[in-house]
Amino acid sequence: MAAEVLARSLAEPAVLAADVKLPDIDYLAIAPMLVLFGAACVGVLAAAFVPQRLRYRVQVSLVIGALLVALGLIVTVARAGRAVATAGGAIAIDGPALFLQGSVAVLGVVAVLLIAERSLERGGAFVSRASLTPGSAADRDQAEQPGATEVYPLVSFALAGMMLFVSANDLLTLFVALEVFSLPLYLLCGLARRRRLLSQESAVKYFLLGAFSSAFFLYGVALLYGFAGATGLGALRKAVQAGDGNTTLLFLGLAMLAVGLLFKVAAVPFHVWTPDVYQGAPTPITALMAACTKVAAFGALLRVFTVAFPVGAVDWRPVLVAIAIATMLVGAVLAVTQTDIKRLLAYSSIANAGYVLTGVLALSAAGVAGSLFYLVAYGFVVLAAFGVVTLVRDADGEATHLSRWAGLGRRSPLVAGVFTFLMMAFAGIPLTSGFTSKFAVFSAALGSGQVTLVVVGVLSSAVLAFPYLRVVVLMYLSEPAEDTPTVSLPGTLTAAALAIGVLATALLGVAPAPVLDLAAKAVQFVS
Amino acid sequence: MHPVIPYVLAALLFGIGGYGVLVRRNAVLLLMAVELMLNAVNLVLVTADATIVGLPHSGQVFALFVIVIAAAEIGVGLAIVLQLYRLRRTVATDSIDAGEGTVLPRAEPMPEPGSAQTGPDQVGAR
Repeated sequence: MAAEVLARSLAEPAVLAADVKLPDIDYLAIAPMLVLFGAACVGVLAAAFVPQRLRYRVQVSLVIGALLVALGLIVTVARAGRAVATAGGAIAIDGPALFLQGSVAVLGVVAVLLIAERSLERGGAFVSRASLTPGSAADRDQAEQPGATEVYPLVSFALAGMMLFVSANDLLTLFVALEVFSLPLYLLCGLARRRRLLSQESAVKYFLLGAFSSAFFLYGVALLYGFAGATGLGALRKAVQAGDGNTTLLFLGLAMLAVGLLFKVAAVPFHVWTPDVYQGAPTPITALMAACTKVAAFGALLRVFTVAFPVGAVDWRPVLVAIAIATMLVGAVLAVTQTDIKRLLAYSSIANAGYVLTGVLALSAAGVAGSLFYLVAYGFVVLAAFGVVTLVRDADGEATHLSRWAGLGRRSPLVAGVFTFLMMAFAGIPLTSGFTSKFAVFSAALGSGQVTLVVVGVLSSAVLAFPYLRVVVLMYLSEPAEDTPTVSLPGTLTAAALAIGVLATALLGVAPAPVLDLAAKAVQFVS
Repeated sequence: MHPVIPYVLAALLFGIGGYGVLVRRNAVLLLMAVELMLNAVNLVLVTADATIVGLPHSGQVFALFVIVIAAAEIGVGLAIVLQLYRLRRTVATDSIDAGEGTVLPRAEPMPEPGSAQTGPDQVGAR
């Protein structure tokens, strides 16, 4: 008996080895992600083995170098003009994936410049040992110490996860990528040097709600697997079009999956975490989340809905239209009532998610191109805006309450001017990237007959212009109060990030054609 | 055959987990509720795997993926909750109030044993 079992177990591996064919992997196509994941692993080792005084330089050059190499590789792959689904169809490297990966890399570099800034505050925006209780003696001792360098590997992992997220062509890969980029972000939220309590509370909040939403996402994946018997987006599409499966599983699965994705893009009613987390997280991390996470989440949303669920077979449009309308209205109206600049920008990012959804719902090539362009343009503006927020400081750190910004225009005209320009871009004034990108998504939606969405979009843009202009009025027309915070001189890194952000905003407003063309060429999904 | 019972059981488990997340105020219990939801997913994956004929049994492998990722997630989550406990000597999520304006009564964090009084950072932190 035992011998028989042994013989069978010996025979089985041979059979399995014959049956299982390892999938081909196109290593060049996934090289950008490999480089970044590799750099993140090396960064973890560097945190352990490189001497303390060199660590900061090594880590920053490692992550920026890796991002630039990844960007170069993305351009190389894009020039070769191949669109492949590799690794057994789990990863699709196609136009949208390459465009979004490139955007994540570029915006990631700018965000890392903000994160690496150490001259505004001694030791940077991050605490060196977050595990210490705020206010304890040991915590006061570390106030003068340089910040943790573990931040940089975490950021690398997050950015690499985002790149995987936008190119995942299989629901399970999508879930793995979701966790790979979310887990570092949860931790990064809790590492602020100033306002530690707020920062750690935001980490708890983000984590609990994020875990809750990813459970929904995963339940959706499992139900769709039960429906189609496979998790590849192409196979899912075939099963949806055939329409002979259990439709309960399909609809429930699709709804759950949508909850998970809409949570990440911060669409109403899954937006409640956004203001608190954006306010509590260290400002450079908020910038990273507002720019890169949005790109990644919308990339995945576009791919899943366009590739796997053709509208002809399962019409999810009415639900998403309702969500888009609610997102635009709630974001715009609540932005008006905010008194904290970071919360204001958070609500504005919610409203902007609604505008990108408008482009997604156009369900046309123009809509996809418009959304892609919108994500890049918005990313640059929001990075620069949070960059300015890091500059306005008083003795307690950043002065984020709006009343503290009164009269800033007289004290530091340059910073106020830059911020005014960025607010104009948010409001969508012509000759800024905000106008071009809003025009791109609204015209695409109009072309597809989504008149309601466009009307609501334009109206909410008008509402949203009010809080932006209120900040501008506050900066220029109010008398500076006694306690108006000083504006720190930006260090080289922040100055570089601001310059890139402002230049990109202006260029994408004045001469958007190259990037629009690039986006228009990059609309074809493979599966 | 349509395996209704495992699907319903999984839905029940998922529902209990979701209910737990919504009503519980203890962060550790919240983590457990999320775990319950993830295990409901595992049940669905294995059920689906068992009912699909003629395909590679990928559902079982997916369940393993989920277990590993859930473990990683719980690792990060416990670290964050531990930090919350150090701050407040409680893991009740009621005391979390990151929003401005609505200041709830909260327990003052106690000084760490052997360390000095809470410092001015506490004030600045609000």
